[in-house]
Amino acid sequence: MELQLEKIFIKEVKFGQENRIADGVLTINREGLLEKVRDDHRIACLDLEIVRPGDDVRIMPVKDVIEPRCKISGGEMFPGFTGDDDTVGSGITRVLSGAAVVTTGKVVGFQEGIIDMQGPGADYTPFSRTINIVITCEVKEGVKQHVHEEVLRLLGLTAANYIGEAAREAEQEVEEVRKYEHKPLLEACSLNGGLPIVGYVYMLQSQGLLHDTYVYGVDAKEILPTLISPTEVMDGAIVSGNCVSACDKNTTYFHQNNPIIEELYEKHGRDLNFVGVIITNENVTLADKERSSSFTARLAEKIGLEAAIVSEEGFGNPDADLIMNCRKLEERGVRTVLVTDEFAGRDGASQSLADSAPEADAVISSGNANEVIELPALGRVIGHDRYADSIAGGFSGSLKDDGSIEVELQAIIGATNELGFNRLTAREF
Amino acid sequence: MSERKSQMKNKVENNRELSTERNKEKQRQRRIDNREAAFGETVFAETEGLETECLGAEFSEVEGAEAECKNKLRVVHYLNQFFGQLGGEEKADLPPRMQEGPVGPGQALNAELNEVAEIEATIICGDGYFNENKEAAADRVKEILMELKPDLVVAGPAFNAGRYGMACGAVAEIAAGLEIPVVSGIFPENPGYEMYRQYGYFIETSDSAAGMRKAVPEMAEFIKYFWETGGNPGRPEEAGYLPRGIRRNLFAEERGARRAVNMLLQKIRGEEFTSEYPMPSFDRVEPAAPLEDLSQARIALVTSGGIVPNGNPDRIESSSASKFGRYQIDDFDDLNETSHETAHGGYDPVFANEDADCVLPVDVLRDLEEEGRIGKLHEFYYSTVGNGTSVASARTFAREIAEELLEDGVQAVILTST
Repeated sequence: MELQLEKIFIKEVKFGQENRIADGVLTINREGLLEKVRDDHRIACLDLEIVRPGDDVRIMPVKDVIEPRCKISGGEMFPGFTGDDDTVGSGITRVLSGAAVVTTGKVVGFQEGIIDMQGPGADYTPFSRTINIVITCEVKEGVKQHVHEEVLRLLGLTAANYIGEAAREAEQEVEEVRKYEHKPLLEACSLNGGLPIVGYVYMLQSQGLLHDTYVYGVDAKEILPTLISPTEVMDGAIVSGNCVSACDKNTTYFHQNNPIIEELYEKHGRDLNFVGVIITNENVTLADKERSSSFTARLAEKIGLEAAIVSEEGFGNPDADLIMNCRKLEERGVRTVLVTDEFAGRDGASQSLADSAPEADAVISSGNANEVIELPALGRVIGHDRYADSIAGGFSGSLKDDGSIEVELQAIIGATNELGFNRLTAREF
Repeated sequence: MSERKSQMKNKVENNRELSTERNKEKQRQRRIDNREAAFGETVFAETEGLETECLGAEFSEVEGAEAECKNKLRVVHYLNQFFGQLGGEEKADLPPRMQEGPVGPGQALNAELNEVAEIEATIICGDGYFNENKEAAADRVKEILMELKPDLVVAGPAFNAGRYGMACGAVAEIAAGLEIPVVSGIFPENPGYEMYRQYGYFIETSDSAAGMRKAVPEMAEFIKYFWETGGNPGRPEEAGYLPRGIRRNLFAEERGARRAVNMLLQKIRGEEFTSEYPMPSFDRVEPAAPLEDLSQARIALVTSGGIVPNGNPDRIESSSASKFGRYQIDDFDDLNETSHETAHGGYDPVFANEDADCVLPVDVLRDLEEEGRIGKLHEFYYSTVGNGTSVASARTFAREIAEELLEDGVQAVILTST
C-alpha cells in the first residue's frame, strides 16, 4: 500500500468566478461553496470569509479546522461522510497546504475555542499561520447540541472537499511529492533487519455525546482497538466530532497531518521500523477502559512491537486510559513514550494528570493548559466573543469591556495539542 | 510514608548531582551569559561578575544600570532565636520581634551582597512560638512586612532544623502572598521544603549549621543572580535553586512529536533521557468506616457534576472551577428543567439540563427518606465542576465542604460525578 502525497503551497486565497489554483493562489467561487453547504434544513444562516495570518481578527468559538485535500486516485476523502464507504490510504492525494477551513457560529457545548490571527494568542495556535476560509453557521431554534455539532461537522467536511477539488485540475505543478509506503505486516516486520519494531497507539476521544471521533464514519466509542494504516489517516479516515477543550482536541486538520506519524516516517528505515498504528478509544466506563487497554496491549504484542508512542486526546478522565495503556504495554515489554498536556492549575503547582504510574517514565509534555493568557482586543471578531466567560478555560470576567479576553490556554484551539504538533511544553521551576 | 521518603531521597540525589563541579561551572557560565545579555557587554565574562564591586560603576554608559545599582534591594531577614542571637531552646517561645540591620548570619550575608542588596531589618522569632502560635506569629510577620515593604525576604538558612524550616517556609508563604520574593536556604529533607517550596527559592544547604560558611555565599550568589535576571532566574538546574514544584510553560526547540520519537529511541537504546513530566505519587484517602444505621443518618449530596440552580447564581466556571456552591434543596422533591441545570463543560448537558436528578439524585433520596431507609437528606447540597479543576483547588473545596458538613451534623455523603 502506497500513498503519494502531493502538496501545493497556497499563498493566497480569494473569492472569484470559479474554483481554481494558479501560482499559489486559490480562487473559490463563494456562491458555489455556499450553495454546496447550504443544503441542510437545520441551517438558519451562513456566512463565509477569508482570514489571513497577521489579520486583526479573532475567530471564536471555533468547532473544527479541516485541511482541504483532494483524492486524485484511490477512493474518496473522508470515507463514511462525504466519501463512499470504501477504504482510503493509497493512490494519490493532493493537499492545499497552508489553507484551512474553519467552522464557527454560536457555541455548541462549552468547549470550543479561539483563533487569534495576531497578537500573543497567535503564538499558541497553529491556525494563526494558515489562510483560513471561515464559515460562520447558525442553526435553527430548537436544534439540540449533538445535532448542532453534526451539522457543523458535515458542513466543514463538505466545504473542505469542495475547495480541495480545485487541486484536481490545478494550473500549476505540485511543489512537494512524498511517497508513504505501508507494507503488509509480515513483510514490514521482516524488513530493516535489526531496527527496533515501533508502533503508534493513537487514542481517540470517545467520552460520549459531543466527545466523539469517527473512524470511517463509525463512532470510535463502538470500536475495539484495531490497526489502521498511517496513510488512511492522511486521507481523512479519522474525523473529529468533538467539543472537548479547545487546547487539546484533535481537530480533523490535526488527524490529517498527524505529526507523530510524520516523525515516525522520518526515522523509518534508518533508526526504527515503523510498522503500524493502533487506534483505540477513551470511553468513560471502567469496563470499557479495561477492555480497550487490554486489547491495545495484546494487539501490540501480537504484531511484535518493541516500543510505541502513545498519544492522548483530552484530559482528566482519559488520563486513566493513557496510564492503563502505558502500564499494560510496558507489562508486555513494549516500551512507551506518552504524549500529553498538563492541567497543573493556574499557578502550576498542582498535579498535572489525574492518574499516574511508575511505568510512565517517559512523558512528552505539550504544556500546562491552565496557564492564563491575556488576549488583547482585536479589530474584529468572527463568531461571538460573548462566550469567553463560559467556554472551557474562561471564567466569570474573562471578557473585558474593552474587548480583551483573559483566559487559560485551554480556550485556544490546538494550544496544547497532544499529538505534539507544537513546540509548547512545560517544565518544573 | 516510605514512598515519600524514597521520593525525597531521589530528590536529594538529584540535587546532589546538581552540585557537581561540572554543573556549578555550567551555572556560572550561564550567569555570565545572562549578564552579557542583560548588559550587552562581553567584557563581563572576564571580570567574573561576582567579584565586581558595583555593576553600574563599571558599566555606567549602559543606560539604567547605574540607577539600578543605586537602588539596592531592600532586604528583610528572618531568623530563629538561636541564629538571631537571643538564646537557645530556653528562648524558643519568644514571639516575633524586629531589629534594625543584619544580625548573626545576616552580617556575613550582608557583606557578600555588598552593593546589590542591604539587609534593613531582621525579624527574629522563637521556633517553638512560631510553630505553636502559627496564626499570631504569621500575623505579626505579615504586619512587619507590610510596614517595611522590602524588595526581598531572606529566611534562614534553616539547614535540617524541622521547626525552623517550617517557620522559614511559612514566612515564605506570607511574603509570597504580599508578592515579595523570598530566598531561603534549606536541607532538602527538611519538611519545610516539601511543604512550602512553591513560595520561595530554596538554596540547598547541608543538614547542619556547620554548612553556614558555604550556605551564605551561595545564597548571596543566588540573590545577585535573581537581581540581575530581573526576578526571572530561569530553571532550577540553571540557576541553582531547589525545584519549586511549579510547572511553567516554555517553547522547546523542536515540536513535541519529534521530541517523542527521539525520546523513544533513547529509551529503546537504553540511553539516558529526561521525562518532561515526572510522575507524581498520589495521596490515597482511606474510606471512612461504614454507617451502622442508615435510617437515622443525615445524608448530604455533594457533586462535581456542576448541578446548579438555573442561571448558575455563583457563576461556577465550566472548567477549572475556582469555587463551589451551597444550595438549598429542602423545597425540592424532584429537580427539573425549570429548577436546575449543569454548569459543567465536560459532557453533553442535554439530559442533565432536562433532569438534573440524573447527576444529583434528589428524587431517589426523597423516596428513600419516605421509605425510612435514610434518616434525612441534608437541606443543602454542594456543587462544583470537576472538569479540569486542579487537585489543589479540589482539596481546598473538599476541606471547606467537609467542615461545614461536620458542623451541620451530617453523617454521610453521597459524592456524584459525571
